Amino acid sequence: MIELKDVSKSFTLHNQGSAVIPVTEGASFRVAPGECVALTGASGAGKSTLMRVIYGNYLAASGQVLVGGLDVTQAEPREVLALRRETLGYVSQFLRVVPRVPTLEVVAEPLLALGRDRQVALDKAAPLLARLNIPERLWALSPTTFSGGEQQRVNIARGFAHDYPAMLLDEPTASLDVQNRETVLSLIEEAKARGAAIVGIFHDVAARERVCDREINVSEFTPGVAA
Amino acid sequence: MKPLLQVKGIEKRYGARIGCTEVSFDLYPGEVMGIVGESGSGKSTLLNCLAGHLEPDAGQVVFDTRADGPMDTVTMSEPARRMLGRTDWAFVHQHARDGLRMSVSAGGNIGERLMAVGDRHYGDIRDKAIDWLGRVEIEATRVDDRPTAFSGGMQQRLQIARNLVTGPRLVFMDEPTGGLDVSVQARLLDLLRGLVREMGLSAIIVTHDLAVVRLLADRLMVMKSGHVVEVGLTDQVLDDPQHAYTQLLVSSVLQV
Amino acid sequence: MNEYNFAYLDEQTKRMIRRAILKGLAVPGYQVPFASREMPMPYGWGTGGVQVSAATLTPEDTFKVIDQGADDTTNAVSIRKFFENTAGVKTTEETDKATVIQTRHRIPEAKLTEDQILVYQVPIPEPLRFLEPRETETRKMHSLEEYGLMHVKLYEDISQHGAISTSYAYPVKVSGRYVMDPSPIPKFDNPKLEMDAIQLFGAGREQRIYAVPPYTKVVSLDFEDYPFEATKADHPCDLCGAEDSYLDEVIMDDTGNRMFVCSDTDYCRSRRAAGHVGRLAEEDAA
Repeated sequence: MIELKDVSKSFTLHNQGSAVIPVTEGASFRVAPGECVALTGASGAGKSTLMRVIYGNYLAASGQVLVGGLDVTQAEPREVLALRRETLGYVSQFLRVVPRVPTLEVVAEPLLALGRDRQVALDKAAPLLARLNIPERLWALSPTTFSGGEQQRVNIARGFAHDYPAMLLDEPTASLDVQNRETVLSLIEEAKARGAAIVGIFHDVAARERVCDREINVSEFTPGVAA
Repeated sequence: MKPLLQVKGIEKRYGARIGCTEVSFDLYPGEVMGIVGESGSGKSTLLNCLAGHLEPDAGQVVFDTRADGPMDTVTMSEPARRMLGRTDWAFVHQHARDGLRMSVSAGGNIGERLMAVGDRHYGDIRDKAIDWLGRVEIEATRVDDRPTAFSGGMQQRLQIARNLVTGPRLVFMDEPTGGLDVSVQARLLDLLRGLVREMGLSAIIVTHDLAVVRLLADRLMVMKSGHVVEVGLTDQVLDDPQHAYTQLLVSSVLQV
Repeated sequence: MNEYNFAYLDEQTKRMIRRAILKGLAVPGYQVPFASREMPMPYGWGTGGVQVSAATLTPEDTFKVIDQGADDTTNAVSIRKFFENTAGVKTTEETDKATVIQTRHRIPEAKLTEDQILVYQVPIPEPLRFLEPRETETRKMHSLEEYGLMHVKLYEDISQHGAISTSYAYPVKVSGRYVMDPSPIPKFDNPKLEMDAIQLFGAGREQRIYAVPPYTKVVSLDFEDYPFEATKADHPCDLCGAEDSYLDEVIMDDTGNRMFVCSDTDYCRSRRAAGHVGRLAEEDAA
C-alpha cells in the first residue's frame, strides 16, 4: 500500500549561506495493508521528515513514494489532493484550525470534503468525539481555546473520521492520559483490522509495541552513517 | 478530467518593464490557486490579465466554456468575454466599492446579474437576493439598504453574494481580505472556504497574506519581480520552500 | 437681408440631419450622434425638435406644434411662428390636418396616420444615464445589448415604492433590440408608440437623433409579476367628458376646487365641437 524506493531528502537554506542539511538518503521500505510500521530513531533523525515526504508536504530530492500505486513525487497537484482526500490520512502533532469552526465540524471536515451529506458526516463525527472523551458541550465551540490534550484528541478524531486505506500518525498518543491513550490505540487496531496500512511515530515504547508489527530505524537512512 | 483553465505563457510588459512573464499553469475544477508576492511582484497584473481586465502582450488563457468547450479568452470577442464575466466568472475586488453599485440597494446589487441574464420576475429575484444575503451572513432586513450603510466587512460579503448568485465556476479574488479588521477577515475567509467547497468553485486568489493562502488555497504560486519563482501544493510551498525568495517570505511571517 | 433659407437651416446642415434621421430609421431606437447647430433659442427649449422639423419640412407640409398637449402655450406659439417666418409653411392646430407635428412631452390622442410625422423634443436621450454616468459604458451597453441595469432601476422602484414608480419617460425596448427613452411623455402614452406614423426624436443639447419607423414593436419594460400599466387619473374630462384621454389637473381657486381637462387641447375642442359635454360644461349650461 505504501512503498518508498530510494528516497532522499535534504534542505538548502538559501538565506543562511546556502547551508545544505542532508536528512535522509536511500530510504526504502514497504507497508502492507493491515500492517503498522513504526519509525524510530533519535530526535532529529528524520522521522517526521520522512512522514511528511510520504504525505507530499515535503518534496523528496530523489526516489519514489508510492501510495496506493500513485507516485507522490511525480503526481499532479490534483492527484495528490485527491489522494489526501480519499486514501492517505495524516494526523500531525499539531492541530491547525480555522477560527470559528465548531469542533464537530472540524472532525467532520474530511467527510464533507469527500462530498458526504452534512448530517451523515456530523453523525459520524459525534461518536468519535464521545469516544475520545470530548464533552458534548464543547462540540459547538471552536477548538482554538482547548487544552493541548483536548486539541490533540480533536486532531485524532478528525484523522479517523474517514476510513483511510493508508495513514500516517505522528505521535498520536503524546499528551494523552491513560484512558485516552487506550482509546487511540484501539482506534489504530480497528484501522489495521479493516486493512489500513499505517506508518507511525511513537515515543511511547509500550504503545509502539502494542500496535506496531515492525520497526524501522530511520537512522539507517541518515547520510554519512556507515551501513 | 479536463482543466477548467489553461494559462499559457502569459506576459504583460509596461514598456521595458516586466509586469509579469512566462506564467503557465492549469487549473482543474474545484482547485483553489493562490498567488502570493510582495508589492511589485506582478500578481495583480497577472490576475487582471487572466480575468480579462488587461490585455496580455503574449500568451493564452483557455477557459472550458459550457457551450463551446475550451476557448482562448484573450482573443475572444468582447461581448462574449463580458458575458463570461457575468455568468461563469466572478471577480471579487479588494475594495468593495469597485465591485458594487453603491447607489443601488443590496437586493438590487445581487439581482443585477440575474436581471442581466434575463430574469424578469421581481418576486423570484428578490427571494434569491434574500437567500444569498443569508448565505453571506447579512440579515435579510438589510435587503433594501444601500451598501453605503454597510460596514467594510458587510460590503465585502455583499460583493461576494453579488458575484456568486449566478453560480460561476471560476472566481478571481484580489486581496479579498485586505483592509478588513482581523476578526472580520477570519469570518470572511471561513465564509469563502465554505462557499468554495459547497459550490465546487475554482478560484484564483491574489494576496500578500500567507495565512490567507494557507487557509483557502490548495496550490500556491510565488511571484517576484514579474516571475513565478515557485509553484506547488500550498502546504508544501509553505512548509518546504525550495526557492530562496520563498524561504525568505515564509521565514518573515511573524508568528502570533 | 432678412430672408431665411427654407426652415432657417442651410442645405448642408439639413442634409447632415437627414442622414442622421435615415440612419435612425434604419436602426430603430439607436441614438445617432449629429452635429447639433446653434439655434435662435437656448438649449432646453426644443432645439433638437426644431432641427429635426426643419430638416423634415417641405413647402407643401402643414405644421402643428404642441407643448404638453396644448397648441397655445408660449413655446408652442413661438416655435409655430418661427416656422411660419422661416419656412412659410401652412400651420394648424388640428391634428388630423397636420402632416408634421412637433411635440413636447405628449403624443396626440387622435390616431396618427401613415401620412404624418411626429417629431419629439428630447432632453436626455440616454435611458441609462442616471444609473451609469459614463458615456463610454452606456454606449457599450447598447451595442452589446447589456440592459440588466435598466431592470435594476425598475427593481429599485418596486422595492422602494411597491410599484414601478416611473411615470414619465418610461423606458421601452424598440423592435426587440434597443432600449430607448421615449422622451418625457407620460407612461399613459407609451402604448401609442406603436403607431402608423413616423416618429423622430431630436435632442439638441445632447446632439442625438433617434427614430421609430411605422408599425415598429415598442414594448415598455416591466417584470412578469409587475406588468406595465398605462395609468392616468381616474376621471373623465370635465369639459368634453372623454374617459380615454390624458388629463391635466387644474386648481381653480384657493378653496380646493379643481378640474380635470384633456391635456390635448385639439382633441378636447374637436370632441366638444362634435357635441360631447363634460361635467363643467353641463354646469355652465345649467
